[in-house]
Amino acid sequence: MNTVVHVESLRKTYGATVAVEDLSFDVREGEIFGMVGPNGAGKSTTIECVEGLRRPDRGTLQVLGLDPQRESRQLRERTGIQLQQSNLPDRMKVWEALDLYAAFYPHPADWRELLTRLGLEEKRDTAFAHLSGGQKQRLFIALALLPDPQLVFLDELTTGLDPQARHAIWDLVRDVRGRGKTVFLTTHFMEEAERLCDRVAILDHGRIVALDTPAALIHAFGTGERIVFDITGGLPASFAAALPAGATCEIHEGRVTITGRAGNHEDPANGSANCPASLVSAVVALLTAQQIPFRDLRSEQPSLEDVFLSLTGRQLRE
Amino acid sequence: MKSLLKMSWMEAKLFLREPASAFFTLVFPLIYLFLYGAISGNEPTPMYGGQRTIEVAIPSLTAVIIAMAGLMSNTMTMATYREKGILRRLRTTPVSPLVVLVAQVIVTFVMTLLGMVLLVVAGRLVFGVRFTGNVFSLLAGFTLGSLSFFSIGFILAGIMPTVRTAWVAAMVIVYPMLLLSGAFFAVEVLPPFVQKISSFIPLTYIVNLLRGLWSGEPWSSHLRDVAVLVGMLVLGVGLAAKTFRWE
Repeated sequence: MNTVVHVESLRKTYGATVAVEDLSFDVREGEIFGMVGPNGAGKSTTIECVEGLRRPDRGTLQVLGLDPQRESRQLRERTGIQLQQSNLPDRMKVWEALDLYAAFYPHPADWRELLTRLGLEEKRDTAFAHLSGGQKQRLFIALALLPDPQLVFLDELTTGLDPQARHAIWDLVRDVRGRGKTVFLTTHFMEEAERLCDRVAILDHGRIVALDTPAALIHAFGTGERIVFDITGGLPASFAAALPAGATCEIHEGRVTITGRAGNHEDPANGSANCPASLVSAVVALLTAQQIPFRDLRSEQPSLEDVFLSLTGRQLRE
Repeated sequence: MKSLLKMSWMEAKLFLREPASAFFTLVFPLIYLFLYGAISGNEPTPMYGGQRTIEVAIPSLTAVIIAMAGLMSNTMTMATYREKGILRRLRTTPVSPLVVLVAQVIVTFVMTLLGMVLLVVAGRLVFGVRFTGNVFSLLAGFTLGSLSFFSIGFILAGIMPTVRTAWVAAMVIVYPMLLLSGAFFAVEVLPPFVQKISSFIPLTYIVNLLRGLWSGEPWSSHLRDVAVLVGMLVLGVGLAAKTFRWE
């Protein structure tokens, strides 16, 4: 598969603050590549260096085979950029914005078609200031798609949107990928990264701490499956002792939470007695064998958010 | 070229949709013209060499429009575009910053010209104002005056950190200018000390040049005005380019 973005040993500082340090990654053609990280981790700095809006201090950058600094004009003709913070003049109408921006590109996409595709047809004559947050964001995506770009940058595209708008925009982004374009996005919604991205890079303190598909990240770094159930009486000590190796058991106001890894199929030497294929069946079997009454048992699979928190910690940033 | 035309057309529409800028360039000077007409009557004034006050008022009020459009409207548009991230958005496209600036100059210029035309038409129809100069000379003087003045707005927008501070700076500069340049009333009636200050105010040179050209004086008697305005134009364009920031 072709590489669309190639970043090697990127470094960018603002005064004494190191924003990103020794960052290397590739974005492949046709994928949705996501970058997640706590506030101040360096996501925006990285994406802005790749877009050519910021000059890196050090490192090699290649985007669509171009140097984002020296060949910025050519690059801007072939990429679409949605910025985290930007605006249009309050009194500019939706169709006017698309018509104006289309004039900047040598081979623009048909903006009338984009208007329909992004569900903005009814808002055609509405002034920018009168659009809702979701409509503004859809208009910015339309502007990003205007150059008929090979690569689309989406920086925090669903921040501040309600769930309906967010899901609608995810569908749009998948549709963009379906048309053979590459998407490079940043987000701080782990659910967004998990559902939308083909590959995710987790950034912390200006470095990449993990990069893989969401499923592989969860498998490699997930804290394991969680079994939660309520009991009325106490839990005999023999129950915790009989749990599979590595599983932990916590009781809080009658609610039991058992955390452990599901069966490790890659390591048969571990033995199936201690490590059954599924934690939930082991727990249920144990509860039944020891005749412990329980209610509302459910099993929770680890998510990208768990991976993220285990890799970047729970400390508040900024 | 296509992007410049589209951009200018768009900016023109936005200018007219913005009530404040349209009012100050197109309506406000007309109100003043009628006030002058009502107050001073149509008697020839010895102070203006036998010209009527209303006739002097038209080139003077044109200078007011240039000051308002160049300082208020230009400054506010550019400062707002920067603060709200509108320039940031433009920067993600292949469009050059020059296109953004030139479109802004074209629109402000055309609107200022429109303001002057409205004054002349109203002056002719209502007060029977006489024009004794040369149309092309007047237009040339008007163009020089406008362009040399507009750059001040871009510089202010470039150096002021926020829209609010840019607005305050523009107000602080524009009002003394209007009062002391002779745009609103003749400098000749002011005490000599204040007349001295007047010669340090850029707008004074526009007022002098436009008044002279309106009454048919030759360019040769306004060499100092022209020299100052050309100097301002060169310096202003250089500084405006230097202070331009996308964000």
